[in-house]
Amino acid sequence: MKLAFPIKLSRQTTVWLWFASVAVLALLAAALAHGMGTRPVPRLPVQLTPSGPQLSSESLLVKSLIEIRHNHLDVALNDIDNLLHLNPNFRLAHLIKGDLLMARARSIHTLGDVPDPTSPHVEGLREEARKRLQHYVEQPRAEQIPKYLVQFEPNQKYAVVVDTSRSRLYLFENKQGEPHYVADYYVTSGKKGSDKIKEGDERTPLGVYFITSHLPKNKLADFYGDGAFPISYPNEWDKRLGRNGHGIWLHGVPSDTYSRSPRASSGCVVLTNPDLDELGRYLQIGVTPVIISDSIEWMNAADWRAQHEELSKYVEKWRTDWESRNAQSYLDHYSKNFSSGNLRYDDWSSQKRQVNAGKTWIKVNLSRVSVFRYPGQDNMAVVTFLQDYHSNNLSNQMRKRQYWLQENGLWKIVYEGSV
Amino acid sequence: MSRYRIFSALLTAGAIFFASPAVADELQEINKLVKQGQNTAALERLNGYLNSHPKDAQARFLKGLILTEQNKPSDAIAVFTALTQDYPELPEPYNNLAVLYASQQQYEKARIALEMAIRTHPSYATAHENLGDIYAKMASLSYDKALQIDKGNTSAQTKLSMIRDLFSPAAGAKAPPTKTEPAKQASAPAPVALPAPPKPVAPTVSAPLPQPVAKVAAAEPLPVKEHKESKPIQGDQNAVLESVNSWAQAWSKKDVKAYIASYTRDFKAPGGNRADWEKSRKERISHQKSIQVAIVAPKVTIDGERAVVNFKQIYRSDSLKTSTHKTLVMVKTSNKWLIQEEQVGH
Repeated sequence: MKLAFPIKLSRQTTVWLWFASVAVLALLAAALAHGMGTRPVPRLPVQLTPSGPQLSSESLLVKSLIEIRHNHLDVALNDIDNLLHLNPNFRLAHLIKGDLLMARARSIHTLGDVPDPTSPHVEGLREEARKRLQHYVEQPRAEQIPKYLVQFEPNQKYAVVVDTSRSRLYLFENKQGEPHYVADYYVTSGKKGSDKIKEGDERTPLGVYFITSHLPKNKLADFYGDGAFPISYPNEWDKRLGRNGHGIWLHGVPSDTYSRSPRASSGCVVLTNPDLDELGRYLQIGVTPVIISDSIEWMNAADWRAQHEELSKYVEKWRTDWESRNAQSYLDHYSKNFSSGNLRYDDWSSQKRQVNAGKTWIKVNLSRVSVFRYPGQDNMAVVTFLQDYHSNNLSNQMRKRQYWLQENGLWKIVYEGSV
Repeated sequence: MSRYRIFSALLTAGAIFFASPAVADELQEINKLVKQGQNTAALERLNGYLNSHPKDAQARFLKGLILTEQNKPSDAIAVFTALTQDYPELPEPYNNLAVLYASQQQYEKARIALEMAIRTHPSYATAHENLGDIYAKMASLSYDKALQIDKGNTSAQTKLSMIRDLFSPAAGAKAPPTKTEPAKQASAPAPVALPAPPKPVAPTVSAPLPQPVAKVAAAEPLPVKEHKESKPIQGDQNAVLESVNSWAQAWSKKDVKAYIASYTRDFKAPGGNRADWEKSRKERISHQKSIQVAIVAPKVTIDGERAVVNFKQIYRSDSLKTSTHKTLVMVKTSNKWLIQEEQVGH
């Protein structure tokens, strides 16, 4: 049995409780107080004036949370209804709608004040709210560049950089060699976290990978949604470390789902179907790098240029030292920890010295050079190029990949092999 | 001037509803049949009555109730819908319409109907209460979608109150309504209902006794409550809440006698002296022109014959508006729950 008119009076405190319970909303509050932070943002994520018919789903979600912050509950509910009209399977939106309705009936104590508020399901949705909101509160500056994107090869039109800790995928365009921000998307990653080591550990690998193929929707189970783009895990470095597992893909979500919670996959990077469709238009099979990090380091343009020049210089020096036929200066580019296939440094270097002795001239031309810093491994870079080799007794052309590691301040090659 | 208005209201009311005592008697007879569970017979007589009095709001309202009890929701909806069209100023048909919509899982329609009820009578407690239930139900549907729980149609029904106010409850007490009762109603409104303006149809709204609310779908306990509770405790819990409700209503009505009667004889009066406390309460309460007391989110803990009730109390009088946390310690005394201790704050 219930007594008389509680509804209007309890609402304000109710919503405050609700809001206070979500840690990241405090972040939001702080950001709003400082005019969305001190850093300029790439695009205005949320128009607070209700004018934009073009608001993205996520913007609508964030806008509704901001409306709640301002205690405009009716506006918030209206936004959520619009959002659900666009995406009827957006579970987080249903959860917030539930809260907005429930707040009219009784006090709400947490986001997702369901009968069992500690169930992993609700926790996942709360985490999604945090991640999505966090993105709008702490966006990187438009002109900032992830430090991984040192150098594109000319035909690499785009690069994908994933930040698993923020559940975000960024797309950068190669504009005359410089990376420019294009878009970003919310993503789901491995339920046990990142830094994949072995088959079945349900983690997302950290490293530099490439899109290897495209699996269209009609070839896949509904679970993968609008399609899948497998990536090259395990790469050369993973294999060297003995890491295994397979089938790490970028893929979509089942048709009854709009998005999955931040940590829910078995290691894949999962996007909403609309986002996957959009991203898919930019991806080049065998070409586009997918760099997965658990914490992106951002650089300004000047630092980026300096890094670019430093690494280019090393690669160029390696090339000219090879052409010089001075075996020692050439081998100085290689780490004592170098290995290639089954060969360790000692065997490999004596072999090289032998070969080198038979040369009267060497001509090496490098083209299509790309350089990417390696996440999850301090001071490592992956260099890929087309090598055009000519000498007095041999000529060949090959695609080669090197892993360079900084040792005592100097970049050395720790792995080299054909692609 | 004011005398004249009351007088004219009475005349109008009498002209429509009490012109023929036989008419009132007929409705009372029909009600008696309903009370005895003879819905079919009651409906038959009611239809006969409606043939000669097709516009009679009270009779149509009763018909809606009977159809509801006969589990004919579509017919009942038609009756109540027509009533809202002919008498848009009456909140009760909207309320009952909402209850019926809710029983058909048409929550959005239920919500709109309840909001209409509240628009006509902004402080209409039952409609607010029902609206709360509807929102809770809609919320739980959203939660289910969020968590991918498909409960189908077996999910818990909302617990909504069907209103029987249009139907004179005095009929059960055999006494035919006297002409003084509507006037009494006008001067002593129900705790949260606004006194209805003396329009021709108003007396039908203002039942001689306030708030005899019957639960139609009362089988389920409140959604927030645990289902584990055993039946007798559930009954006690309802009894305790009802006592708290009557206490708040007596206070709201400035009915000092009923208010004082809500306390045990050994009530721990502040200051220690019960007689002094009684006197000061009498003075304070009767001093106010109007009082409204609402109980929000009551929590009941029962231990045998003793119950502790925590709630937020919202008090409004002409001079004061407060919101406090209150704890009542209640004891079961000759089958009634009475207040033994009253504490403000946590």
